[in-house]
Amino acid sequence: MHRIGVFICWCGSNIAATVDVEKVAEVIKNEKGVVFSANYQYMCSENGQQLIKKAIKEHNLTGIVIGSCSPRMHEQTFRRAAESAGLNPYMVEVANIREHCSWIHKDKVEATEKAIILVRTAIAKVMLNAPLTEGESPVTKRALVIGGGIAGIQAALDIASAGFEVDIVEKNATIGGRMAQIDKTFPTLDCAACILTPKMVECAQNDKIDILTYSEIDYVQGFVGNFTVTIKRKARYVDEKKCTGCKVCMDACPSKKGLNEFNMNMNNRPAIYIPFAQAIPNVAVIDPAQCIKLKTGKCGLCQMKCGAGAINYEMKDEYIDRKYGAIVVATGFKPIDLKDFNEYAYADSKDVITSLELERLMNAAGPTNGTLLRPSDKTHPHDITFIQCVGSRDVSGCGKPYCSKICCMYTAKHAMLIREKYPDTKVHVFYIDVRTPGKNYDEFYRRAVEQYDVDYIKGMVGKIYPQPNGKLLVQGSNLIDNEQVLIESDLVVLATAIEPEPSVRKVATLLATSIDTNNFLTEAHPKLRPVESPTAGVFLAGVVQGPRDIPETVAMASACAAKVIGLLVKDSLKTNPCIAQSNENMCNGCSQCANVCAYGAISYIDKEFRLGGGRTEVRRVAYVNPAVCQGCGACTVTCPSGAMDLKGFSTKQIMSEVEAICKK
Amino acid sequence: MQEVTNKKYVPTIVAFCCNWCSYAGADLAGTSRLEYPANVKIIRVPCSCRVNPLFILKAFQRGADGVILCGCHPGDCHYMTGNYYARRRMSLLFNFLNYLGIEKERTRVEWVSAAEGAKFSAVMNDFAKTINELGENKRLQDLRVKGDRDNG
Amino acid sequence: MDNLQNEIIKKATALLTDKTVDRVIGWKRGEFVFDPSPATFSTVESLKDFVYNSFCGANLSKYLIAESKKEGKIAVFLKACDSYSFNQLLTEKRIKKENVLPILVQCNGMLDIFKIKNEEGEVVLDVLDNGETVTVKSPYGDRNLNKAEVLLTKCLSCKGFAQVDGAEEIRVSESTLPNLDRFDIVKELENMSEDERFEFWQNELSKCIRCNACRNVCPACSCTKCVFDNNDSGVAGKANADSIEEQLFHVIRAFHVTGRCTDCGECSRVCPQRIPLHLLNRKFIKDSNTLYGEYQAGAVVDGKSPLTSFTEKDPDPTEAVNMEGVKNA
Repeated sequence: MHRIGVFICWCGSNIAATVDVEKVAEVIKNEKGVVFSANYQYMCSENGQQLIKKAIKEHNLTGIVIGSCSPRMHEQTFRRAAESAGLNPYMVEVANIREHCSWIHKDKVEATEKAIILVRTAIAKVMLNAPLTEGESPVTKRALVIGGGIAGIQAALDIASAGFEVDIVEKNATIGGRMAQIDKTFPTLDCAACILTPKMVECAQNDKIDILTYSEIDYVQGFVGNFTVTIKRKARYVDEKKCTGCKVCMDACPSKKGLNEFNMNMNNRPAIYIPFAQAIPNVAVIDPAQCIKLKTGKCGLCQMKCGAGAINYEMKDEYIDRKYGAIVVATGFKPIDLKDFNEYAYADSKDVITSLELERLMNAAGPTNGTLLRPSDKTHPHDITFIQCVGSRDVSGCGKPYCSKICCMYTAKHAMLIREKYPDTKVHVFYIDVRTPGKNYDEFYRRAVEQYDVDYIKGMVGKIYPQPNGKLLVQGSNLIDNEQVLIESDLVVLATAIEPEPSVRKVATLLATSIDTNNFLTEAHPKLRPVESPTAGVFLAGVVQGPRDIPETVAMASACAAKVIGLLVKDSLKTNPCIAQSNENMCNGCSQCANVCAYGAISYIDKEFRLGGGRTEVRRVAYVNPAVCQGCGACTVTCPSGAMDLKGFSTKQIMSEVEAICKK
Repeated sequence: MQEVTNKKYVPTIVAFCCNWCSYAGADLAGTSRLEYPANVKIIRVPCSCRVNPLFILKAFQRGADGVILCGCHPGDCHYMTGNYYARRRMSLLFNFLNYLGIEKERTRVEWVSAAEGAKFSAVMNDFAKTINELGENKRLQDLRVKGDRDNG
Repeated sequence: MDNLQNEIIKKATALLTDKTVDRVIGWKRGEFVFDPSPATFSTVESLKDFVYNSFCGANLSKYLIAESKKEGKIAVFLKACDSYSFNQLLTEKRIKKENVLPILVQCNGMLDIFKIKNEEGEVVLDVLDNGETVTVKSPYGDRNLNKAEVLLTKCLSCKGFAQVDGAEEIRVSESTLPNLDRFDIVKELENMSEDERFEFWQNELSKCIRCNACRNVCPACSCTKCVFDNNDSGVAGKANADSIEEQLFHVIRAFHVTGRCTDCGECSRVCPQRIPLHLLNRKFIKDSNTLYGEYQAGAVVDGKSPLTSFTEKDPDPTEAVNMEGVKNA
């Protein structure tokens, strides 16, 4: 039988002026289960708390109700007081008779009546409270970073600098990501390689960082603090430990017609190759689809030439399991496929290129060694048209509804660099809007217009017609002058929309984290938790969460690192005890609850149940991971059998509150 | 116990408020001293998605005359998606209750943020007024409860 | 029909003989032509009682929850409406798929003995299904009735078969069934006034004797323990003390199966009080279809149901209840 104590607070005159607190305490004395009732000026004061502690001990109270201000104000205070008197802190309920009563009512009789009902309601609830204890789960002090672009590199470096071990898993043969492909960066125009490659080297040299390139996430188990991740190390056919990066194999390889992905397929590479000069690790990899030896069994030239004996054609995919406390997802982006944009003649003309292709054409390490030449005839273009928003802000279904955010700035950069290097070149930019918020960004764009005389045309391009003379006729509209524009260009550059790297879908599924309709991973709160994913222990850095440029990506990566460090410094995690719990005797295992769980906290296990008479039955039942559940209760309502309940806000408790309020 | 006199009927209104937005909005209404009728009684739930149709039916059965559910604005749910589920559940449930002949004005969902103390007060005033005009809920009420009340 | 029955028995015999399966779930002959009941057959001999006639309305899928967990493999015969329930139970992981051989069987529409008795009186000796018409034999002689008028309500708007993975099929001819709008009566009710609707449902639901036949037959109502039997749920109790109890029971039941109800119509078929329970489920289905897009529970396995999904643009309840195609008058 419960022994309930009730404490009515005056809150000076805040409550007492409108609610007859003595009467409330008096009336409540007669409630079933109540063995003690008192009122006091300030329950939250030291003396008030002493009164509570004393009563708990003297009257052996099993639960207490405080009639006071909002529980959002002092619930913690009263819980701590109860705990110090030996009562479970979750055996405390607060009746809000200030914000929800005395402050909004003027009639004392009415307010007193309401206060009595509110206190009764809290008593009805506390009678059904159960002692709860915070759970604990240990933390593996190692982090995983998925993706080795600038976001992953920055996150790994920051985590490692705090002394924690961190692994970077990168699906390509080198880290560096998209930034490594970029020629110059806005708004400073410093070369990307100059600022990126030192960071790559730093990663390689940091003994806290383990770089696993040519690897993918295969399976993830566990939860915050306790992830076990299976990593697939794809067969590289080159022993990373032995290869010296001397490139003799590349010269020896007779199969030289592979498309160079790093240069956006604009030139060729051998079947055995190092993606680019500054690759980390500086180790070759064999493309099995191209290698003659792997396809036919005949060749083996590279193996013969390799002085280090690094080449092994027998290599197989390998799977390794590692444990992590936290995971950063930094899988980055790719430009969208332009196959649905026939109007821009991308497929028809070699001289219609994407902005990322232009980056390579302008880069000293690119297919043209940095001289801007038309891909078709290797001549200098003298008239170049840029088209913005190709596939961005596109609700027609071909492209993406969102703004890719980086295109306005890089187009201004391209225009400026071209005008600087080739002053005889005319540059036009078709735009819908120019969006350049950011430090020194708008100034940068203004420079393109004012200083470099780039021809910005507000309007869209309707169609591009490749001409017999090799030129491209760009047909567009100028919305400001309200007229049609026809431009004969040598080269057209499409500011192609970016989208999350498609492999992120699999990663999201494995991590049980949510993904939006555009394949961006969802943050836990759009304003207040922008780098956390809804799945505890999983963090998001870079374009995986939404379009952003390098400075923002780096800031986000460092923010992720701070979050990861904050997690890994703990030896164990305290878990909220007010979480869902499934009654296995009633659970159908129907999986509806997992469908609505935003946190992936629910899994299913096959469990054996005794049926009586020596018979048993194996049933699939839901299991709520206490370290992951956040206690929203979505699952409890979805559960048809009522097996799922929420501790601290149980069905029975709420029903009992309803009854107490409705009782007349 | 109510006396069987000419005393005006005072309806009972149950308001389920999510902890993070609407309960805080109600607190702000209090802090700002924005009045609403005393017959509105609030039950705190972690999220609007915790509200089971059972609670609403139970309230009506036990003599509530109106039930209102308040949660974070769509898109602002503390638990990200909870109120989206609540929105679908309540849309279907409320219309279904109306299909059974229960006045649709007796049930309502409102999104009230922690900053919207004034909205909370306005919503409760309006809802209380609506329920006052509708009068006693006779269609979903357990007649035994009513019997107890009248006899008591 | 006899031809179809023979084919089915032939199939069952073959499956049991060559040990492809250990048991077969089908329908067993009753005392009259109109009272076959679901049964499990484990020997070829027992198949002599196997029947497939125009009164095999019973949906066999629910029996698989228990049967598929037992040792050995089991074949089940599924009519069009049953195939959706089968898929839905697979979606909810209630059936051990590897133990089940589903066989889709042609259905020419099942007859409603209540409707026949309504026409012919309580004593019916035999009923012959002639395709377009049925011949009812009673002590007062034979009479032909238009088949469409005595079909089970669920057969008036047949959905056809769901796509069932790995299913075999038995069909001897084409079957044609009436294709009425399944929401027509829901719409009629929607157009009534609030008071009329209340009166209609008060009248219908007050007939409920809480026999739980609807719950017991419903493939979606297959909870290990029903909330109405669970003291912690706050709604437990089978007492039939007051009208509210039935309302509560049926509202909660309909809500619990929302998004999971395949509209198989079994609830109405078995209700001894002839309460049109399917009209409760159909309102939820209709509103959900209008508000959140067409959804047929059990059409595919692992479909995401309307109440376990959402879009950011869903209407608020206040809008939803006033929307065209949803709102009640």
